[in-house]
Amino acid sequence: MSAVMNIKLTVNGVVYEKTVEPRLLLVDFLRQDLHLTGTHAGCEHGVCGACTIIVDGDSVRSCLMFAVQADGCKIETVESLARLGSVDSLNPLQESFRSHHGLQCGFCTPGMLMTSTDLLKKYPLATDEEIREGLSGNLCRCTGYEHIVQAVRTAVGQREESEK
Amino acid sequence: MQTRPKIIGTAAKRLEDPRLLTGHGSYVDDKTPAGTLHVAFRRSDQSHATILSIDCSEALKMPGVVAVLTARDLEGLVKPVVATSKMRDYHATPIYPLARDKVRYVGEPVVAIVAESRYLAEDALEGIAIEFDTLPNVVDPEQAAAPDAPLLHEDAGTNVIVRREFLRGDVDLAMAAAAIRVNRRFRFHRKTPMAIETRTYLAEYDQGRKSLQLHTTSQIPGIIRDVLTDILDLPTVRVVAPDVGGGFGGKASVYQEEILVCILARKLGRPVKWTGDRLEDLSSTSQGFDEIVEAELGLDEQGRILALTAEVVGDIGAYSIYPWTAGLEPVQVVSFLPGPYRVAHYRGRVRAVATSKPPTGPYRGVGRPTSTFVMERLMDMAAQKLGLDPREIRLLNFVSQEEFPYKTASGIVWDRSGFTECLTSACAAFDYEGQRAAQAVARAAGRWVGIGIASYAELTGIGSRISASPGMPINTGTETATLKIDSTGAVTAAFGVASHGQGLETTLAQVVAEELGARLAAVTIIHGDSAAVPHGTGTYASRSAVLAGGAATLAARALREKVERMSAHLLGVTAAEVMVADGFAFVPGSDKKISFRELAKAVYSEVGRIPAEARESLEETKLYDPFFGTTTCSTHVTQVEIDPETYVIKVQRYQVAEDCGRIINPLIVAGQVHGAVAQGIGAALFEEMVYDEMGQLLTASLVDYLVPTAVEIPSIGVSHLDTESPSTVGGFRGMGEGGTIGAPAAIANAVADALNHLNILIDELPVTPERIFQLIKNKEK
Repeated sequence: MSAVMNIKLTVNGVVYEKTVEPRLLLVDFLRQDLHLTGTHAGCEHGVCGACTIIVDGDSVRSCLMFAVQADGCKIETVESLARLGSVDSLNPLQESFRSHHGLQCGFCTPGMLMTSTDLLKKYPLATDEEIREGLSGNLCRCTGYEHIVQAVRTAVGQREESEK
Repeated sequence: MQTRPKIIGTAAKRLEDPRLLTGHGSYVDDKTPAGTLHVAFRRSDQSHATILSIDCSEALKMPGVVAVLTARDLEGLVKPVVATSKMRDYHATPIYPLARDKVRYVGEPVVAIVAESRYLAEDALEGIAIEFDTLPNVVDPEQAAAPDAPLLHEDAGTNVIVRREFLRGDVDLAMAAAAIRVNRRFRFHRKTPMAIETRTYLAEYDQGRKSLQLHTTSQIPGIIRDVLTDILDLPTVRVVAPDVGGGFGGKASVYQEEILVCILARKLGRPVKWTGDRLEDLSSTSQGFDEIVEAELGLDEQGRILALTAEVVGDIGAYSIYPWTAGLEPVQVVSFLPGPYRVAHYRGRVRAVATSKPPTGPYRGVGRPTSTFVMERLMDMAAQKLGLDPREIRLLNFVSQEEFPYKTASGIVWDRSGFTECLTSACAAFDYEGQRAAQAVARAAGRWVGIGIASYAELTGIGSRISASPGMPINTGTETATLKIDSTGAVTAAFGVASHGQGLETTLAQVVAEELGARLAAVTIIHGDSAAVPHGTGTYASRSAVLAGGAATLAARALREKVERMSAHLLGVTAAEVMVADGFAFVPGSDKKISFRELAKAVYSEVGRIPAEARESLEETKLYDPFFGTTTCSTHVTQVEIDPETYVIKVQRYQVAEDCGRIINPLIVAGQVHGAVAQGIGAALFEEMVYDEMGQLLTASLVDYLVPTAVEIPSIGVSHLDTESPSTVGGFRGMGEGGTIGAPAAIANAVADALNHLNILIDELPVTPERIFQLIKNKEK
């Protein structure tokens, strides 16, 4: 496994050029090479959704992609959501998760936020069933989902307010 | 500022959230110091086998490999971990970091490979060759309990690791006299806690200071510190549990990998990390309850309970886990079986049996998910025989307010709790009558709709007079709080608890802020660090709000008095005239006022302002011991519908009413209930660790081990009873586990109700479409 490849990609608006092994998982690349530890690896086999990020506008499991497959891609991780990544400037979705107590241990939260960001961009989310269906690829073991659904519901309302 | 603001009881936003929402949390795997080495484990692929030889020569040649170790390499470096107990008829099973001589479950660590990266360490696993001599598997717990069964631990001389009996009254006579008797053999299959964060450990050794620091995904850093100091014979060990991604009991024991990274860091002089993967989590993290219960309930013709008997076999897996012992889970099944009911005559017997599977350990609810499943099924079976509504038979048998404190048949004391009130409140919120009427309509239309009730009581916030696990020699019944106002006026409060999702940084700050008179956002809670307080054990057993909340209350009150005394000097009044609120000491009705910051400056820096003999450091340490603990109770009511063709069970309505005493933060309480109910629904319908007759795990990924998603979990209603515990400082009761206790029983009763017309009994969980199919098929034969 000595072969390496050069990749160039944009993560949270920053362009990176790196040399990586072809077998390096994208989640490990983000966490170890870029030190963006907000993205979490929960199962490493594509079920739990904790590692969800956005690649070229679509939510993706970063444990099911190699870093080399992201060559030339535009990636957003949880660190991109708050203004300047600051804990003092949460975006409306993050605020809604906080107000509704939509997180407990916080480990699935980055994946939940990135999936929700993608859902809010693409789908009407008119009913709670639709929200639950949209979140069904992300496991949470703490919240029982109730408060997460409420948080996304509020974010849907805010999205509609801002569209008026 | 005349009246102090109420902070306890408000839905304060969590203080830990901003960092967790922005990706700035600090979980163990987020930390990788320069020079860190990574460990991969070659684990046993045999259930029970002698290790004949291990050849590591190929692995040692592989790129990036620094060391390869087997049990032989650890001789003299570490003592085994032994979970001792005062229980009679108990056999401890020593645990070594790597298997010695033989393996006892698939997944047991045998060889540790240390390399420059996790990738390289895992590559080198291919270079290990182990020769096993297969021994007879010990998979079935009832067979394993037989006198001639092959032994897992030869030194124990038996696979029955714990044996216990609870007896009250003349149970055989009372049972014989019972007008109504219901009995059944119940089975609750093995599950796994499955926190989303896998177990991860990072050890760093400072050779100059001979001091070891371990970062661990643990619920019990204080216990880990104490045991590491002992088995590694080190003078200074600090154990830190930073942000931890869920535990549910699975991170509440001492683990082999945890000990091993410490040995390696000391031996190799570099930081050593192990990050478990999901397969390792599923096959080596302590698992939850695995029990067979044969139980009988005898009642009079009105439906009053006369007698209860139970024979429990608990499959505890390969080892008696540290520190809880193998008695923790199965013994609590028999000690809690009588539940919130008056049971005059009781006999509960339990055997905890070792098998060649991963150890079971604490799992959310401990013992009570099974005891409640069994007792609540028996109550419904009896109600049906008597023609009573499930609600009525419970109301008839609950310990009433006049009877508290009530000593149960197994010796547990219910101090005071709202058993009846919870049932009434849950049924009202559920619209029980309305839903029963709707069910009748649905049934008439051929739909399989069922309603289930489950009530339970649990002991929480256990103090020093009762061990968190029967006979366990370590003290889990006290908690220390150290509060400080430092020279900048900042308030910190340190505890021995270790929050891993419960929001203790917020709820304990609420208690401190209110009792001290500080601003909520100005209080920093230090937890999960063995160096923070002299003794601490962690967060488990629904103890933290009660014990740490109590210690926080006592320490904050004492510190407030100090603030009053010191401020009195500066404001020129008596201490009795000073009030403290919102980070200020002040004299009501005057402009005399001083901030914590100014006060701290006067106390610590401007030393002339307070007479030397009166000057006191602004800190307080208090220990709190609730002695016995307090009773938390709840009723769950649910409605399910089963598809008559696919047998898929859909949970449609769910209501909980609970008495958790004085509520610190209603949003956090609701979140704990929702999450615990979801785990209980998982245990009832989906989650099962399936082992074949060879002891091989068949549900070794999250594709096969089904964790409920947002689609399977319904919206969950929660009603809180507004009470205060009579037994604890602050009036708090513990409530983190309850949902997992009530949900399996409520779902089982609802499924049984939905299938009532087919004359099918539910006695096995999880109840899956496959199991319903088999039950119906067998009935048709």
